[in-house]
Parts: sequence; structure tokens; C-alpha cells
Amino acid sequence: MLKTIHAILALSVITLTGFATLPAFAEPLKVVASFSIIGDFAKNVGGDRVEIITLVGPDGDAHVYEPKPADAVAMAKADVVLVNGLNFEGFLQRLVDASATRAAVVELTKSIEPIEFKPEFAEEAQEESHEGHAHDEHEGHDHGPLDPHAFQSVPNAKVYVKNIADAFCAADAQGCADYRANADAYSRKLDALDGEIRAAIASIPQAKRVVITSHDAFGYFEHEYGLTFLAPQGVSTEAEPSAADVATLVKQARQDKAAALFVENITNPKLVERIAAEAGIKVGGTLYSDSLSPPGGPAATYIDMMRSNTAEIKGAILGS
Amino acid sequence: MSALFDLLIAPFADFGFMQRALFGSLMLSLGACPVGVFLMLRRLSLAGDAMAHAILPGAAAGFLIFGLDILPMTVGGLLAGAVVALGAGAVSRFTIQREDASMAAFYLISLALGVLLVSLRGSSVDLMHVLFGTVLALDNEALALIGGIVAVTLGCLALFWRALVAECLDPLFLRSVSRLGSPVHFVFLGLVVLNLVGGFQALGTLLSVGLMILPAAAARFWTSRVGSMCVVAVLIGFAACICGLLLSYHASLPSGPAIILSAGVVYLASILLGTRGIARARVAHRHRTA
Repeated sequence: MLKTIHAILALSVITLTGFATLPAFAEPLKVVASFSIIGDFAKNVGGDRVEIITLVGPDGDAHVYEPKPADAVAMAKADVVLVNGLNFEGFLQRLVDASATRAAVVELTKSIEPIEFKPEFAEEAQEESHEGHAHDEHEGHDHGPLDPHAFQSVPNAKVYVKNIADAFCAADAQGCADYRANADAYSRKLDALDGEIRAAIASIPQAKRVVITSHDAFGYFEHEYGLTFLAPQGVSTEAEPSAADVATLVKQARQDKAAALFVENITNPKLVERIAAEAGIKVGGTLYSDSLSPPGGPAATYIDMMRSNTAEIKGAILGS
Repeated sequence: MSALFDLLIAPFADFGFMQRALFGSLMLSLGACPVGVFLMLRRLSLAGDAMAHAILPGAAAGFLIFGLDILPMTVGGLLAGAVVALGAGAVSRFTIQREDASMAAFYLISLALGVLLVSLRGSSVDLMHVLFGTVLALDNEALALIGGIVAVTLGCLALFWRALVAECLDPLFLRSVSRLGSPVHFVFLGLVVLNLVGGFQALGTLLSVGLMILPAAAARFWTSRVGSMCVVAVLIGFAACICGLLLSYHASLPSGPAIILSAGVVYLASILLGTRGIARARVAHRHRTA
């Protein structure tokens, strides 16, 4: 009985969407983006032809997001669902199942060569994936889990954009030319951004390209642009740090001659200041890793975010 | 020899934050332990714990209004503590209610207000850590604050020593021979609040009250004279701070609890081995009956 209803519903959806795509500009393509960075990409590719709903908004954390009923409604009505993949959105599979959406769920990291979390992050990431992620692709001991933050490298972002254009073309053939043109224009901006970042990093002396951060999100940035991100071992989100943890971090910073410290997961800002003073390094500002800032913030778009991060890192290292 | 050096000296020699942690916690012991002795002698040991909670709304209000600045948070904490201490003290002096009940009532009201304020800010866990610092992150401001508190505490203790001792042993006698009775009581409660506020900066958590009470309670098993009890308590406090920090360094334990647990171990050992503890007291008892 239920199956019949579903079949009827499915039929009606297919016929309706069939009608909807007939007239040129009648209905915008309904797109659901899993988090703010993908939403920004989709806006740039889709332009006026698409209507985007972003599930995890600015400053939200897609790792631990709890979907709301409204999200299931948006998902059910969507024509295209854009997700990052690589287990970035732990909540997503449940939501897709619950909403029984007929939309194509497109993983934008497909055809990107994933890298693994660095060993020092792997443990934390594993814990994270055990807690938050529905599917854990962790395999064996010498392989860390895969790092899903592929968008932290601009060449990868271009792959995202291409995948989005493909997905839009598949769902709305009439707008395909527009989507391709938008994607090309945006990709050229990304190329310029890529050059900017490389130039900024090149202006930092080779020996000083070391930064301490508790974020495990910058693997692709490091890989692409040749900066080293050190992980503070032990000091992460734990409530009460031990003297041993702090001493390890200070030693690490002294030995590796790290130039700047970006540690936002340590809840006590005084401790961060203490560590930085001890190791003779500077405390940097905010790095945006998993989400954009609200409009008007320093990282309201993807391009702004990458620029802001690069400027923060460069500024902290060069001490300007 | 070098192993011993690595074990005991190197952590403090290599890292500035360890020196600061040691310095700050030792100073705190110097002020808080004697105050703890008087608290204990007046059977107000648990009131210290109550006062520790009572400080919360003031510190939280200071943080909400002025942000993460040590001065407003300290002043706020002092004010809240003073209101609770004076309120509870006044009720017990001027009505039929005893101090334990009035203290419990005032501190619960204060604590509820504090939790309310903390929750207004959002995640309560974060603010608790912001409010209460950690011994590993003492900056110059915090050290100066603790230093000032210790100076005031020692000064007041020296000034009111005889009155305080008299109040502990026989408050009615003090009130009959001197007009200092009530004022000394309030000065003393003020010292308790002051040291608790300093303890928050140094030890991080509500555990800071432990550094006040545990060494004092342990010292009770070693001597019966108030003066020497204060000295023993301070020495036990020193030992607990050093052991706790070294434990935190070598065994990677959180530093605040490590210090308080070290004091706790000394307390348990004192119960068993102290000159007035179980073992000796029993021996003495047998002699007397024999």
C-alpha cells in the first residue's frame, strides 16, 4: 500500500518537474546545499536560475549539525542536493533517508584525490568520526581516515565548481549554457585567488612557514601551498589541561620554530596567550575552516574566506 | 642525581609557566591556609565551600558587562561574596536563625543567580573556564592580584590575631570584654571571600576552596596550638602545590585537581600518622588505661 503511494507520488513529482522544465524561466531550480561554502559555490554557478537553501549556515559546524524538520522539507522539495562527501556531513544520510527525496545527491569531492589526516590529527578525527559520522571509512591501522576539507585548496574548489555545473546541467538542460558560462567566469576568479595565495605564501621565508593550529581542517591547504601546520598534541578541547600538555606544546613550538599560533579550540584564551609568550610566538586571529562568516564578516564568501585566512597567517608570521 | 634534577627541578627551570604556577600557588597557600585554620576552628569548614559558590554571580556579572578582564570579575566576585557573607552573618547575629541555615539560604540564592547569568551567555562550560582561569596560565595581573590578597590577608591576621583566636574559642567571652566581636567576624568572612577569589584565578575551578580547608584540616592532627597549626597548614599547602604541579607535569594530570588531591593525600596520611591522629591517639589511650 505504502509502496503504491510512494510510486504515485514519485510519478507526480516526475510529471510535475517535467512540466516545470518546459517553460524557459518559469521555476528556479531548487538546490539544497549542505553547508555555507557549497552554498556560495552554487550561487556563483547557478546565478538567478537557482534557488538555494543552505542547511548549515554561516559559523555553523557541519560535523555536529542536528537537522531541523524544515531541512527535511527543503530536502524533499529539492531538485538537486549538493554535499561535500568524504563523510563531512555526518547528519546527511539520515536526512536524505528521512525526507525520501527524489533529488540527485551529488558529492562534490568526487574526482578529487583525497588525502589522509596527518597522524597527529588522525586520532582526534577518528574519535570525531566515531561520535558524529554515520559511516566511518577508516581502514586499518596505518591508514588515517580521509580528510574531507578538500575545499581548503583552490584547485580543488574548481573541481567543486565543475561538479556543480555538471549537476545543474543534468537537472536543467535548458540552463546548461548559463551554468557553464558562470562556472567558467567563477573559475577564472578562483585562478586569480590561487595566484594571490601562492604569491602571499612565497613572500614568507621558507623557514618560517610553520604555524600551530588545533584545527584539523587545513591538510589540503598545507598540501597545496607548502605551509606546515603543527598540531598541539593533547591540548584540544579538554576542559583542564595538564602541565605536561602545555609543556609539550611549548617545546614543540620552540623546536620547530613555529611562527604563529592559531588555537581556537582551547577555551581559555589566557592559556593560549601564556603558551605563545613562553614559546616566543604570536597569537593569530580567526581562521575560517568549515564555514563562512555571516554577511559583512571577513569571510562572507569563499574567496573572502581564503583571502582572510591567507592574510591572517601571513600577518601573524611576519608580525605585522 | 641528574634523574632527581629532571624529576624535581627541571620542570620549573625549563618553563616559565611552571615557575609562575608554583609562585602563584605558593603565595595563595600562604594566605589561604591560615584562613582555613580559623574557618575550621570555628566549625565553618563547609561555609568555605558555600562561599565559593556564592562568588559566582558577581564574577559572571563582571564578565558579562566588562568582558574578560580580571579586575571587574574580581570586584564582582568580592561584592557577591561580601553580600552573602554579611547577609548570612547579620541574619545569624540579629535573628534566631543559626549561621549554617542563613549561609545555606544566601549561597543558594546567589548560586542560582550565578547559574542564571552564566546561562544567559550561552554555553555554561566555556564561561566557567573563562571565569576561573587555570594555574598554568597565570599572567602578571593574576600574580599581582594574588600577591595583594596575600598581603592584605597576612596584615589583617596579624592585626586581629588575638581577637580572632578569642572569637574561635569563645565568641561570647570576646563580645563581653570587647566591642570587636562582630566587626572581627565580618573582617574574617571578608578574608575568606578574598582568598577564594584569589583561588579562582590560581586554581581554576571551584576546587580552590580545597587549598583553604584540606591543609588546615590536616594540620589539626599535628598540633593543638593555633599559631603552630597555621604554620603547619601553610607548610602542607606548600608541599601540596609542589607535588601537585610535578604530578601534573610528569603524569599529565590536570593541575588543579592534582594539587588538591595531593593535599587530600596529606590529610588522609595525617589522620593515620599525625601526633593527634588515630595511631598515636590509640597508643596514648592504651598507656593511660594500663
